[in-house]
Amino acid sequence: MGEHTVASFDEELGSIDQLIRDMGALSATMVADATRALLSSDNPLAQRVISDDAIMDAKQRELDEQAITLIARRQPMAQDLRAVVSAIRMASDLERIGDLAKNIAKRVGAVGQSATPKPLAHSIDSMASLVHDQVKNVVAFYAERRSEELPALRADDEKIDIKYTAIFRELLTYMMEDPRNITACTHLLFCAKNLERIGDHVTNIAENAYYVMTGRQLPMSRPRVDETAVSDAAG
Amino acid sequence: MNMLTEASIEQKLSPMKNEPRIKMRGDKVTVHYGEKQALFGVDLQIPEHQVTALIGPSGCGKSTFLRCLNRMNDTIDGCRVGGKVTLDQEDVYDPKIDVVELRARVGMVFQKPNPFPKSIYENIAYGPRIHGLTKSKAEMDEVVEKSLRKAAIWDEVKDRLSESGTGLSGGQQQRLCIARAIAVSPEVILMDEPCSALDPIATAKVEELIDELRQNYTIVIVTHSMQQAARVSQRTAMFHIGYLVEEGPTDKMFTNPDDKRTQDYITGRFG
Ligand SMILES: Nc1ncnc2c1ncn2[C@@H]1O[C@H](COP(=O)(O)OP(=O)(O)O)[C@@H](O)[C@H]1O
Ligand SMILES: [Mg+2]
Repeated sequence: MGEHTVASFDEELGSIDQLIRDMGALSATMVADATRALLSSDNPLAQRVISDDAIMDAKQRELDEQAITLIARRQPMAQDLRAVVSAIRMASDLERIGDLAKNIAKRVGAVGQSATPKPLAHSIDSMASLVHDQVKNVVAFYAERRSEELPALRADDEKIDIKYTAIFRELLTYMMEDPRNITACTHLLFCAKNLERIGDHVTNIAENAYYVMTGRQLPMSRPRVDETAVSDAAG
Repeated sequence: MNMLTEASIEQKLSPMKNEPRIKMRGDKVTVHYGEKQALFGVDLQIPEHQVTALIGPSGCGKSTFLRCLNRMNDTIDGCRVGGKVTLDQEDVYDPKIDVVELRARVGMVFQKPNPFPKSIYENIAYGPRIHGLTKSKAEMDEVVEKSLRKAAIWDEVKDRLSESGTGLSGGQQQRLCIARAIAVSPEVILMDEPCSALDPIATAKVEELIDELRQNYTIVIVTHSMQQAARVSQRTAMFHIGYLVEEGPTDKMFTNPDDKRTQDYITGRFG
């Protein structure tokens, strides 16, 4: 895309784009750190995630301000308008991802050392790495303007949902086997749920990124069937 | 399970769209000013009861095209129009067409408000009188009031109808000119940058008026303000050095235009 007649307009758009990239990179780090902290009971790392969240919030506020100023000053049109509106939405999803990663990190102390049975830790670990890949990829596809990758990435969210359902069952089994597992498993359940929600935000980001790049909406997504819905309602 | 299919959702979201009637149509319209060609085969349809905005960099031929619609180009020496322009399927360049009557059906409002140096009343009454539209003073009074009301300026001038039209503010003058265009009951109103000499409040009033007028009239507006085109029009046509490069629903033109030149122009990237 060519440059604006008014050069400072390009700088303002560039600055908003950079904030999205920064927030994207930070969210990927936070998700990776939070799950690593959880599985290795690493309290200092968990604290880092918690303090990263404050940075994330600050960046979101910064982006909101810049976007609002840009709209007031430039009245952007076409791809510029899409870029600004979608940046506001993507920033809000990234900020939520940060919150969810922080929520995971906050439970690190509560789960406690050696409480997590090996196979379970393995399941959470593999779910976390699915989620982390999704976050990393959506940010990369946005940054590299690879819109053609986004439909498949969005569809991949289903894998996270399936994984979540499996972990939910697995945790129930552990709790029934030995009630002493209940506290730790409950915390892990929340963590898994948070990871699943992060996946949902990635889906939103993919949809917005696709819109920025193409001007078209991704086709409506599949109807979601949440097999844990009954238990969710109870909890 | 009563799952909504994608198709049924789409259907719920987009109510049946009635395609509007085409009021005017330009068909391979070309214009020469002497040796210089200003328009190159422009095909454009003007839907009834909608506002169509013509946009594009200056000198691209917006005003030239607009003037083809009511043969205002006839008044310019050395100007030749080719192709076809129709109003309700009737060829407006047909020799049998009465140009004065055509201009009553397709009225025009100009960039600079140009009231006659006469009373406000006379500014409005002039058109209906020369077209013999009224039979009595009472009838004329009614036409004057109605036109001023439709142009949303009645309340501001009703107590000084005998004062000169040139004594009004710029924004009032422009609405007076719109009232004057309305007085002869046109079907189409052409506006060439009607707000470019107005301040933001007067502009807002004229824009508000344009939106109301489209219930009864078909409007074509030339504007160099992208925001104005986005605000007032339902369809937008983008011109570039004598060619129509893209035309479509305004919402789409300003969020996701197809043509690179449109994108560059509306986003302020024209070099
Ligand atoms: N009366 C005229 N005589 C000669 N050339 C004209 C006349 N009016 C317009 N032109 C030329 O035709 C082209 C289109 O002009 P115009 O329709 O006024 O453009 P726009 O309204 O988009 O700014 C320009 O190159 C302009 O110089
Ligand atoms: Mg012009």
